[in-house]
Amino acid sequence: MDLKTGDDSSIKGNTRDKGEEDRGLINDVTSSEYKYGFVTDIDTDIIPKGINEDVVRLISQKKGEPEWLLEFRLKAFRHWLTLEMPQWAHLDIPTIDYQAISYYAAPRKKEGPKSLDDVDPELLDTFNKLGISLDEQKLLSGMAVDAVMDSVSVKTTHKEKLAELGVIFCSFSEAVKDYPDLVKRYLGSVVSYRDNFFAALNSAVFSDGSFVYIPKGVRCPMELSTYFRINASGTGQFERTLIVADDDAYVSYLEGCTAPMRDENQLHAAIVEIVVEDRAEVKYSTVQNWYAGDKDGNGGVYNFVTKRGLCRGDHSKLSWTQVETGSAITWKYPSCILAGEGSVGEFYSVAVTKNRQQADTGTKMIHTGRNTRSTIVSKGISAGYSQNSYRGLVKVAPNADGCRNYTQCDSLLLGPNCGAHTFPYIDVLNDTAVVEHEATTSKINEDQIFYCNQRGIPTEEAIGLIVNGYAKEVMNKLPMEFAVEAQKLLQITLEGSVG
Amino acid sequence: MNDNILLEVKNLHAGIDGKEILKGINLTIRQGEVHAIMGPNGSGKSTLSSVLAGNPTFTVTEGEVDFHGKNLLDLSPEDRSHEGLFLSFQYPVEIPGVSMVNFMRAAVNEKRKYFNQPALSASDFLKLMRQKRAIVELDNKLASRSVNEGFSGGEKKRNEIFQMAVLEPCLSILDETDSGLDIDALRVVAGGVNKLKTQDNATIVITHYQRLLDYIKPDFVHVLYKGRIVRTGGPELALELEEKGYDWIKQEVDNL
Repeated sequence: MDLKTGDDSSIKGNTRDKGEEDRGLINDVTSSEYKYGFVTDIDTDIIPKGINEDVVRLISQKKGEPEWLLEFRLKAFRHWLTLEMPQWAHLDIPTIDYQAISYYAAPRKKEGPKSLDDVDPELLDTFNKLGISLDEQKLLSGMAVDAVMDSVSVKTTHKEKLAELGVIFCSFSEAVKDYPDLVKRYLGSVVSYRDNFFAALNSAVFSDGSFVYIPKGVRCPMELSTYFRINASGTGQFERTLIVADDDAYVSYLEGCTAPMRDENQLHAAIVEIVVEDRAEVKYSTVQNWYAGDKDGNGGVYNFVTKRGLCRGDHSKLSWTQVETGSAITWKYPSCILAGEGSVGEFYSVAVTKNRQQADTGTKMIHTGRNTRSTIVSKGISAGYSQNSYRGLVKVAPNADGCRNYTQCDSLLLGPNCGAHTFPYIDVLNDTAVVEHEATTSKINEDQIFYCNQRGIPTEEAIGLIVNGYAKEVMNKLPMEFAVEAQKLLQITLEGSVG
Repeated sequence: MNDNILLEVKNLHAGIDGKEILKGINLTIRQGEVHAIMGPNGSGKSTLSSVLAGNPTFTVTEGEVDFHGKNLLDLSPEDRSHEGLFLSFQYPVEIPGVSMVNFMRAAVNEKRKYFNQPALSASDFLKLMRQKRAIVELDNKLASRSVNEGFSGGEKKRNEIFQMAVLEPCLSILDETDSGLDIDALRVVAGGVNKLKTQDNATIVITHYQRLLDYIKPDFVHVLYKGRIVRTGGPELALELEEKGYDWIKQEVDNL
């Protein structure tokens, strides 16, 4: 991550006071508590806190990894030691003691569960509370679910059906065992361990994650879905996702997150790497609702993620869609390197912050291939005392003729104490490029709410309606099942007890 | 109290930021009646409609309003709506990204919830929309677009009357519904209002001009000036105002 300083068009919320009702409303919106806060009591296999080469070796050993992967980890770790945490983001990050974190936690298992009956009932219950019961997912939605509890995959479903088509969808550890050549070929090919501080850390200590390979010409018939949860107290989580879509392949991948309530901060530094070959298409959708801390900003997840896709093939396409409502601090820029001729990159984002949340999120569209196109639609919603920043880079390389980018960057402010900021970086080195940037900042206005009230719609529902309307362009990009969930999430997030 | 009194406003005072705009309004409206409220700019016409609808921008400082047996001033804006008060806005608000269909479904179902009725099924709701759309000749396309977004002035006003048709209020306040309308749109909108008129409901028409009253025949015409109703008469008063303007009334009042 090496973003140069650009112009900062910061706008501070400064609503006219229109009576007590408005203030009450803002308070309610600002202060609604996290609804998914609970800790599951499951035996966890945790290694002692702290990080050094021995810990890296221990992780690799516990996972029974081959020598080449251990080497990869050690190289990453040695590189990480030379780095310092990046400071350029518009974030106020408390000092993190990397020696106070445990780098590996796995739910203890007797035998690997073969069916849902073998899965720890308490774990199933946890998923049920989150409304993502495995059986329901399996039976009703036809989705393949790879549920990640802490760091090790607990349950993978629908594998057989996918296997018939040659689609590989498994945990990262399994992929290392069963498809070492594929993993070796693609691991670190998009996000090098040298990329940034958190990428280096992840590469050294990553625990598990998902691996997807769609063979040539295959359209994956179902949405692939992973639900991440952070559970064991005091453990960081270092997921690693690798998705490869071979020529003419298509896959839609969903990632959804919630986390239980707790007091201490949790570090999450994931990497998602995507490779898209000729004429292939990958849709990657995220709904993120990690614990964001309490009203005063205590606790909450630190989400420092590196997500990047390489559109290597000609006419390939990668589309990122994200709905971000959680985490105390978010540092995340899902990006596309548009190398293949005529390749297409898209980024659709809704980021909601409230209370003391901080988000610095956006995308990078790197046009290195000819006639490549990218679209960025970012919708920020800030409430309470939160700070919400969009940071985006559009870069066109000297030889990349005929590139196009369209960026739309909107901010919505709810209340007088929050902040919305935009940091667009545009770096165009080719005369034929057409790059557009549009930005708006608005507030939910009293007139809209009163109009809804007059038609019988109470303020709380009105805000939900207005916010969902504002975010519609992005929500429409989500797969159907996810869109409903995300819509609900937006409503819940901004819900208070008005009246 | 007379049985068919729908709205009774007594000595209503209201203002904004400590500045008094309504200075003692008295008004009685019965079922089946159409009242026109006219008056020069700045006399408080729109403030009156906002205050009756419960716009929190304005503060009521004195007075009572009875709405078919309920204390209107105690009700939230949404409950006033559920109880049958409808305001056709002078400047209908745009809500980007929210389709008219979703908006109206929320409105209809909130009202049903208020009366402990189950939500309408999708097909029943769409049937209702189709039926009501016909009353103001509202294009199907408008109903699927975002609330008022990109609507022309005439379409916005038509859309207001469409919503009125769907919500079936007992008291409708039309706040300068004729402003920004050409003659054809005016005819359609007024026609819609007339079709919705029954023996049981009532309408308050706020307007500057006699023109609208050619289409919507008032039973009473009130002149609002400096926050008070200074004159009440029949339809002939509107004609007199059209002819002579407001100056003669202003003079009479100011000389008192």
